Amino acid sequence: MGQITLEKVTKSFGDVNVIPPLDLQINEGEFVVFVGPSGCGKSTLLRLIAGLEDVTSGAIKIDGTDATNLPPAKRGLAMVFQSYALYPHMSVRKNIAFPLKMAKMDPAEQERRVNYAAKVLNLTDYIDRRPGQLSGGQRQRVAIGRAIVREPSAFLFDEPLSNLDASLRVNMRLEISELHNSLATTMIYVTHDQVEAMTMADKIVVLRAGNIEQVGSPLELYRNPRNTFVAGFIGSPNMNLFSGAAAAEHGAATIGIRPEHMDLSTETGTWKGVVGVAEHLGSDTFLHIHETGLAEMVTVRASGEFAVKHGDTVYLTPQADKLHKFDKDGLKIA
Amino acid sequence: MSRAVTPRRKLINTTIAWAIGLLIFFPILWTILTSFKTEGQAIASPPIFLNFDWTLENYAVVMERSNYMRFLWNSIIIAGGSTILGLIIAVPAAWSMAFVPSKRTKDILLWMLSTKMLPAVGVLYPIYLLFIELGLLDSRTGLVIVMMLINLPIIVWMLYTYFREIPGEILEAARMDGAALRQEVLYILTPMAIPGIASTMLLNFILAWNEAFWTLNLTAAKAAPLTAFIASYSSPEGLFYAKLSAASTMAIAPILILGWFSQKQLVRGLTFGAVK
Amino acid sequence: MATKASRSAARIMIAPAVILLLGWMLVPLIMTLWFSFRTYLPLRGGDQGWTGFDNYVRFVSSSSFWPSIMTTLTIVVSVLVITVVLGILLAMLLDQPMWGQGVVRILVIAPFFVMPTVSALVWKNMFMDPTNGLFAHLWRFFGADPISWMSDAAMPSIIMIVSWQWLPFATLILLTAIQSLDGEQLEASEMDGAPLLKRFYYIILPHLGRAITIVILIQTIFLLAVFAEILVTTGGAFGTRTLSYLIFQRVLESQNIGLGSAGGVYAIILANIVAIFLMRIVGKNLDN
Repeated sequence: MGQITLEKVTKSFGDVNVIPPLDLQINEGEFVVFVGPSGCGKSTLLRLIAGLEDVTSGAIKIDGTDATNLPPAKRGLAMVFQSYALYPHMSVRKNIAFPLKMAKMDPAEQERRVNYAAKVLNLTDYIDRRPGQLSGGQRQRVAIGRAIVREPSAFLFDEPLSNLDASLRVNMRLEISELHNSLATTMIYVTHDQVEAMTMADKIVVLRAGNIEQVGSPLELYRNPRNTFVAGFIGSPNMNLFSGAAAAEHGAATIGIRPEHMDLSTETGTWKGVVGVAEHLGSDTFLHIHETGLAEMVTVRASGEFAVKHGDTVYLTPQADKLHKFDKDGLKIA
Repeated sequence: MSRAVTPRRKLINTTIAWAIGLLIFFPILWTILTSFKTEGQAIASPPIFLNFDWTLENYAVVMERSNYMRFLWNSIIIAGGSTILGLIIAVPAAWSMAFVPSKRTKDILLWMLSTKMLPAVGVLYPIYLLFIELGLLDSRTGLVIVMMLINLPIIVWMLYTYFREIPGEILEAARMDGAALRQEVLYILTPMAIPGIASTMLLNFILAWNEAFWTLNLTAAKAAPLTAFIASYSSPEGLFYAKLSAASTMAIAPILILGWFSQKQLVRGLTFGAVK
Repeated sequence: MATKASRSAARIMIAPAVILLLGWMLVPLIMTLWFSFRTYLPLRGGDQGWTGFDNYVRFVSSSSFWPSIMTTLTIVVSVLVITVVLGILLAMLLDQPMWGQGVVRILVIAPFFVMPTVSALVWKNMFMDPTNGLFAHLWRFFGADPISWMSDAAMPSIIMIVSWQWLPFATLILLTAIQSLDGEQLEASEMDGAPLLKRFYYIILPHLGRAITIVILIQTIFLLAVFAEILVTTGGAFGTRTLSYLIFQRVLESQNIGLGSAGGVYAIILANIVAIFLMRIVGKNLDN
């Protein structure tokens, strides 16, 4: 249960083509993250799978059966919305029980499932409160509770953490990952935050303008980006991309090197530059290097405490095996 | 505004506002007072303000002369019935406009409102004929239908503005949770819009209660509501001030009390959501 | 945000309202048009066949036609001006800090709940009666001769009665709008040294634009249809015969359906002119 296949799916709003023909296979039990900048069509894609929007052409199959024309209620999927979309006039208990009530489930079984979900999600103390009386994190958990009681074949998450503050976001990220481990149900998760994508996903789908740029595990994408877009999008801080003479030296239109893949020295190296801002995080130090002749600014990571300050001259040496080469269309040169 | 105001300034404000408020309210107050006077005291010169022999006699006479309870009951049925019927038709329409808007939504809304501007008198005779044909003349059913139709545009518009404040994601969540359209409207949308629905109902009830053109022209003895009850005092009984006042008080009291209790919701409804 | 299913559901759900209103508009309208081209006297021989545009010509050439249009427009415009101007002043007053604000609001809103037949009767008899009315007493107290309002000053009387009924509505909506005005904005302009009048003109009035539009729209709809107030007070005499009332008389009093229907068509045209004019403003003002 939980295998979703998109075949040549397209979506247009009027004359605007949001999703060009797109194929995608999501396997049972996978945690798939759709990631991309805003407006890349990732939310639309999720809503197509959910059935909240019609596909313009193509087919969506869930567990082998054609679900293209099924209404959302019949697809057996559960969704957690960005705004949580809790029913404000119902208690937490009734919110969680609502899908079961709609399925006309036996009341005793409803009761059992709601109590179980509340226990798992630490909501037991709040079960009779209204959503308005809960904190952001608690609301998020109610929304998840409402999704899990139905035992859906897949969960859909639409940027569920973007309304939470930073520390809570890290916690919820872990909770959702743990949930996935314990339920082993397919999850599709939409985010614009590549950190969320990297930390949670089994499989990342990078989208740009409705096109799939690359599909792969987080480390595949990190190690082997297919093009400059994925290279620049995945990884934090972003990969440094240079074109011009430095690239031509390596027989490429563009070369890329991640900040963590350069050796730093105060005496000698391939490239020379001047330190701008130095961000000391304790475990790492990120330096913004200017006047290298490569790009406006180059980011480089030094592990631990690296004692340089604004205005110092430093030398950078890329690790040869970690250098990415791209042709003039931005595609990776093998 | 959280501005500090001197007590002197506040006193002046209070005095002026109360004076104007009482002036505006005075005709109603005077009617209520007069209803407790004898006919002689009602036309005494100079007028007596409070120092008269309070009596309930006028109310007794009015009750005896005409069957007040029947008129009242007709008013309640007509205003209430048209409100509920209007709501049943308007809720789905407003749902469509608010949650599945199209390019034509605004045109439809404005068109609906413009039907309210059609002069009733221009179509009085056709309606009159149709009512005879359908056996609806002087029936409460007929008036419920007419009142519903003339107020439907306002109900749709008001509900539309309330529904638009409800996030679409919540309805989508219900859809994902397996709710069919009927359940989505019944279990999610309607309960969430209760305050808006309440003020819509109130305003509509008041408008229907006070509507005089159709109620006067399409009813005779059987279905006549309070507007007709009071119109029968236009002459020559209008010269009996105390009885006129008693009858007037009886006609407006229910709606006055209802209106005062609910003025907060009412104000919100009246502004059509256009004024925050 | 919609699927084909929800779009077709939307069409089905809006259909009853649209069909009912369309029927409510079209059926009587077509009947009125039909009658307007016929000689139709229910009490004197019934339907006597086609007359072409006779009814239209007769209705317009009647000496009461243009005065009735003038009367209609005079009532609508006067009441609008009075209620909007007084409404703004009253709303600004009620926005000031005072004791018993809630009670004053209740007093001011009360006339809105009074049915038109009642308010017309009460005003006509208990206030404007030339012998026993309160105004007569007041005039005599100051040594003046009482005015017979309903005959000598019929139009001002009716305008006053109708304004009294609609002032609460205007005041309430304008008050709501004023209360939403950002206090800091006013304070800033006060700091800038703008005098009261300038503050009103440049800050308060523009802010009220939307609210004033609503007041004008809703009130015009109801004022064009003013009926009970005239029926109960003057019965259309003394220059208070509005177009609606004139048609009402043709249909009900002289039982001339053809002529009345032609009048009805004129009234519909007048209403449409006003409606188009209003919808333009409202459509624009409600957008932003």
